[in-house]
Amino acid sequence: MGDPLYAGGVGLTVVLVTLLKVLVTFVLLLVATMFMVWFERKIVADMQHRIGPNRAGPWGLLQTLADGTKLFFKEDLLPDRADRIVFRLAPVLAVVPAFLAFAIVPIGGNFAEGGTVSMFGRETFLQLADPPVGVLFFLAMSGIGVYGVMLAGWSSGSKYPLLGGVRATAQIVSYEAALGLSLASVILVNGTLSTHQIVAEQAGAGFGGIIPNWNLVVTGVVPAIIFLIAGTAELNRPPFDLVEAEQELVGGFNTEYSSIRFALFFLAEFMNTVTMSALVVTLFLGGPSGPVWGPEPVRTWFFPIFWFLLKLVVFLFVFVWFRGTLPRLRYDQLMDLGWKALIPLALGWFLLLGAVRVARNEGWNLVVTFGAITVVVVVAVTLLNLSLRAAQRQRLADAEVNA
Amino acid sequence: MGYLEGFAITWRKFARGFVGDDIVTTEYSAGTRSGRHDEKRPKPERFHGRHVLNRYEDGMEKCIGCELCAGVCPARCIYVRGRDNDPADPTSPGERYGYVYEINYLRCIHCDLCVEACPTEAITESKLFEFSFTSREDAIYTKDELVVGDDGRPKRLPWEDWRVGDDEFTSGWVRATAPQGSAAYENRVAWSGELGYGVRAPEAGQASESATVDPGSHGHGHDHAHDGGHH
Repeated sequence: MGDPLYAGGVGLTVVLVTLLKVLVTFVLLLVATMFMVWFERKIVADMQHRIGPNRAGPWGLLQTLADGTKLFFKEDLLPDRADRIVFRLAPVLAVVPAFLAFAIVPIGGNFAEGGTVSMFGRETFLQLADPPVGVLFFLAMSGIGVYGVMLAGWSSGSKYPLLGGVRATAQIVSYEAALGLSLASVILVNGTLSTHQIVAEQAGAGFGGIIPNWNLVVTGVVPAIIFLIAGTAELNRPPFDLVEAEQELVGGFNTEYSSIRFALFFLAEFMNTVTMSALVVTLFLGGPSGPVWGPEPVRTWFFPIFWFLLKLVVFLFVFVWFRGTLPRLRYDQLMDLGWKALIPLALGWFLLLGAVRVARNEGWNLVVTFGAITVVVVVAVTLLNLSLRAAQRQRLADAEVNA
Repeated sequence: MGYLEGFAITWRKFARGFVGDDIVTTEYSAGTRSGRHDEKRPKPERFHGRHVLNRYEDGMEKCIGCELCAGVCPARCIYVRGRDNDPADPTSPGERYGYVYEINYLRCIHCDLCVEACPTEAITESKLFEFSFTSREDAIYTKDELVVGDDGRPKRLPWEDWRVGDDEFTSGWVRATAPQGSAAYENRVAWSGELGYGVRAPEAGQASESATVDPGSHGHGHDHAHDGGHH
């Protein structure tokens, strides 16, 4: 399967087309990031009865550019007690995976007709790379990105960044599990790890011909919600921004950073937000799929990209909405939500989807199957609650002994 | 579900803010945007801004070099030296005049005590507060810069950003209050005339004896009722 661009061997045209795609992806992500920073500030301002940036350019659109330019010309500080090599490496380690992760996102192509576009006489996917392990690649990149945050905190030689780094590690370990388990539902339903294939699976008309065949519906909404919540935590965005809790940790892991190195962290954070939104769209909302009309270039180029960007903006808005609404979680609440709610829920839902699939494949009686599932769910929830309560009793008893 | 209610609230606020409703921020910057100046909120009547040194209608300076302003200044930012008037060509109507008058705006806290202390309404404040300078020399305003021009208006220095209304009512007239501190005190006009304007008419509530306000209608009769007796 794979990109038809590479089917007939690699020639000059293929290399040039690939380079063009690299360039476009790079620029698109940078522009999207710039837009996202502005978008977030504007939306949050609207929610808080303020105006938001409106000085640089029309509606303040160039504010990010101005801020970036300012940051680049600031003094670059290296703390005395910092680990010099790791301190320099950390921002790069944060920003490179953020760029790479976006490479697997299909940003266009009419998936009702194969999902390819024609570029200089060659058929190709509108995504930089379509590795057979695309989703795993994304998880790997977001995992490596955490090293940037963690090492930045550790190498600063300062206590608050260190605390921020430790928090980042714990948070990502906790939420990567829920993220992965909600992804597993998608993989189970679509039977592939390639992002292109996952989008192609969602392309057809769904239930009743009206409701789209998106994974949001097919996997039953819950994995999508878990993915969104776990994704927010993975991004260290509010309400999960304990890593850079200003009130507690000065600035968090990036306290000691300034100038372009700080800008890189900032960039990585917002690029990850864009990538995460794009991933939600790809995995659960059918990526660029949607109704298309018109002649050839409009049908395969304009509409899919339009639908993709529209869905992307919706989720960017959701992330901003989270920030505008929810106060930051306390550390124990964060861990509770991750371990006691999201992971069991994601795992349970995954098993449920699996059971339904097996039942359908084997032709079992639907009523009996659903009865059995209900019994199992009730038993599992009860057991989970009992174990949580037992653990709490044990903790309280321990606290009494120690006190 | 408390969280969901919160989302509804932020959504409503967003919807109103998006169409420009309900925004509490007022546009303010001393700069320009796409070629035009920002509009600013009107400033209070008795705003404490940059000082001016006033002159009488005939062009004479009101400052008599008494140094009371310098003495009362808590920030010690005023430096005054008086000198005897030349009898043939006096600068002020009195015996002496302010020969040197300097205010250091790096120290001034705009408390207005100098204005209160001045016996001749010589020093008052305009409503200008946007005068960011780029050197310590510019920060020290000299007498030439502080004294009003021949049209009776404050001089505009290159680094100052005057807006409409900033240079109106900068004289002692706008500060005029009754000795007991009530703006509604009604008595004869006690403020001096000024260059370019003459003696200004009183505001509402500062009417002179001849004004058509019946003093018995409220204040006086009310006092009677409270005292329970008569004078």
